[in-house]
Amino acid sequence: MSTGTSAGTATLQRNADGEFVAASGDWTLAYAPKLADLVADLKRKAGAGTRVDAGALGRVDTAGAGLLLDLAGKAEIRGLDDNRRALFDAVAKAQAAPAATTAKRGNALVSVLARTGAAAEQIARDGYQLLGFIGLVLATLARCVIDPRRWRVTSLAFHLEQTGLDAVPIVVLLNFLVGAVVAFLGATVLKDFGASIFTVELIGYSFLREFGVLLTAILIAGRSGSAFTAQIGSMKSREEIDAIRTLGLDPVEVLVLPRLLALLIAMPLLTFLAMLAGIVGGAVVCVFALDISTTMFVTRFHDLAAVQHFWVGMSKAPIFAFLIASIGCLEGFKVSGSAESVGTHTTSSVVQSIFVAILVDALAAIFYMEINV
Amino acid sequence: MSGSAPGEVVIEVRGLRNQFGAQVVHDNLDLDIRRGEIVGVVGGSGSGKSVLLRSIIGLNRPAAGSVKLLGQEMTTATEEQRAAVERRCGVLFQNGALFSSLTVAENTMVPMREHYRLPQPMMNRLAALKIALAGLPADAGAKYPSELSGGMVKRAALARSIALDPDILFLDEPTAGLDPIGAAAFDQLILTLRESLGLTVFLITHDLDTLYTICDRVAVLSQKHVLIADTLAKVERYPDTWVQEYFQGPRGRAAELAAHKAEAANGLVHRG
Repeated sequence: MSTGTSAGTATLQRNADGEFVAASGDWTLAYAPKLADLVADLKRKAGAGTRVDAGALGRVDTAGAGLLLDLAGKAEIRGLDDNRRALFDAVAKAQAAPAATTAKRGNALVSVLARTGAAAEQIARDGYQLLGFIGLVLATLARCVIDPRRWRVTSLAFHLEQTGLDAVPIVVLLNFLVGAVVAFLGATVLKDFGASIFTVELIGYSFLREFGVLLTAILIAGRSGSAFTAQIGSMKSREEIDAIRTLGLDPVEVLVLPRLLALLIAMPLLTFLAMLAGIVGGAVVCVFALDISTTMFVTRFHDLAAVQHFWVGMSKAPIFAFLIASIGCLEGFKVSGSAESVGTHTTSSVVQSIFVAILVDALAAIFYMEINV
Repeated sequence: MSGSAPGEVVIEVRGLRNQFGAQVVHDNLDLDIRRGEIVGVVGGSGSGKSVLLRSIIGLNRPAAGSVKLLGQEMTTATEEQRAAVERRCGVLFQNGALFSSLTVAENTMVPMREHYRLPQPMMNRLAALKIALAGLPADAGAKYPSELSGGMVKRAALARSIALDPDILFLDEPTAGLDPIGAAAFDQLILTLRESLGLTVFLITHDLDTLYTICDRVAVLSQKHVLIADTLAKVERYPDTWVQEYFQGPRGRAAELAAHKAEAANGLVHRG
């Protein structure tokens, strides 16, 4: 065993018994690429299955041993002490194991088509599952509503705080800012027509009918929908859901209903605050930047027939709440095993909730337009 | 293997002190491990076995004391010195700690890729070699950790920990959660690897069978320091209540009996 480190080498030599390769220096991972070239070269010159003299080897690790064995093939490797012999035997045995067949890559076009098909099928299946889950939740809800002993008030209060109260600052701030932005945008366009005053209508319509509820829904989807998925998902991956089942409890009743009811209560309240904040944001811009006085703002606002628009917006809040909670909880139940799965489903939950909220909002807009509300 | 005499001390812990807040886990702990040994570390729950492992491999900075790994003082080492030593250590974490987004073969290639510039075909070959050395079937290389059973996860993690042919292998409860057959096979695997790769093994375990089958020495961690580190025969007789309960309890006796039986059977086979 030499102590210094030097790159391994091997030379072709000849003695009375014929040709052999004399290996020396360190045959370790650090020199492996060079040694691999050397081995390939020697194999070409002498053919595989040349005897190897390993007596002058420095350090050897599994990579070096593998290369020397490759070079020697079935021929003998001489000059190994017992420890070395054990290493070479172990590596030889491991290398003799059948190599894994690497999966063949298919045609790119075919794989694109296959993945498109799989994605489309997945969307259809998600939709189907969501409908099934909504049905299950409604059935469970109907069973529980008539039986006050099954109301989980503590859990409901906890989720009300988490999804409702804790979300107030961000909902209010965001709507205030968007209100101000919409007012600025409206004023810029309307000024050219000498109609700056209609900024009030713009803010009123947009926040009462659409923005208040939609912005809230998007925020809640990102904030609470994802939290539902992560909470239920991590419970699923730790088999807590199975534990709930074996204790004779219904996971939908224990986990989904409190979250759903909390969101059903919190969402309209948050929407109300959102509308208020957006209108105040717009009003601030009107008063300070557009020379529309507070009195004038309030007077024009009264002329909007605003109550009708308020109810149009508000009617959507519980629908969004129901969809976000259902999607969030369902995605949580879909989690399987790993922590990675929790992440995937949380992302999926947020994307689906926001998509569904905007889709339903668009459908509602058409509906209300058709019935002239 | 690397040109040093057998019997050389590769892990030297002196006066180690670890403390979390007011809770002192280790105080004035000394431990020597020599090249080529398999040393089992035992101790009750919360006696700081894992903390000791983490202190030795540098994941946990001790409050006081020194840790010398392969002759390098780790507490004052520079980044480069530390990295050079870490490259020569393999660690098998309790739950495998395989990267879940990579296949087993890719997991095994991670250290090779990070520390050496190797062509891809060679890495594939080396990964296949390590996977075979760890006793996994060849098709396991293409699988993801989530598709493996508990025993296979341990073997895959072992394949990754020996990817760079380490001098020292650290194992944190390698047989926990394995069935007796899988655990016995794993013990044999460690023995084989020690023989063939010349490994030094630092082994944390609760498995009495593992202690009796493969450990050259046993270090007992109790009362914040290493109570005794010696051969099993001597440790068993150590006059300490905890040690006595551990080795003379029903499980300890059963494991000892089994080990003796196995030895006797081996003897017969060899003679026959």
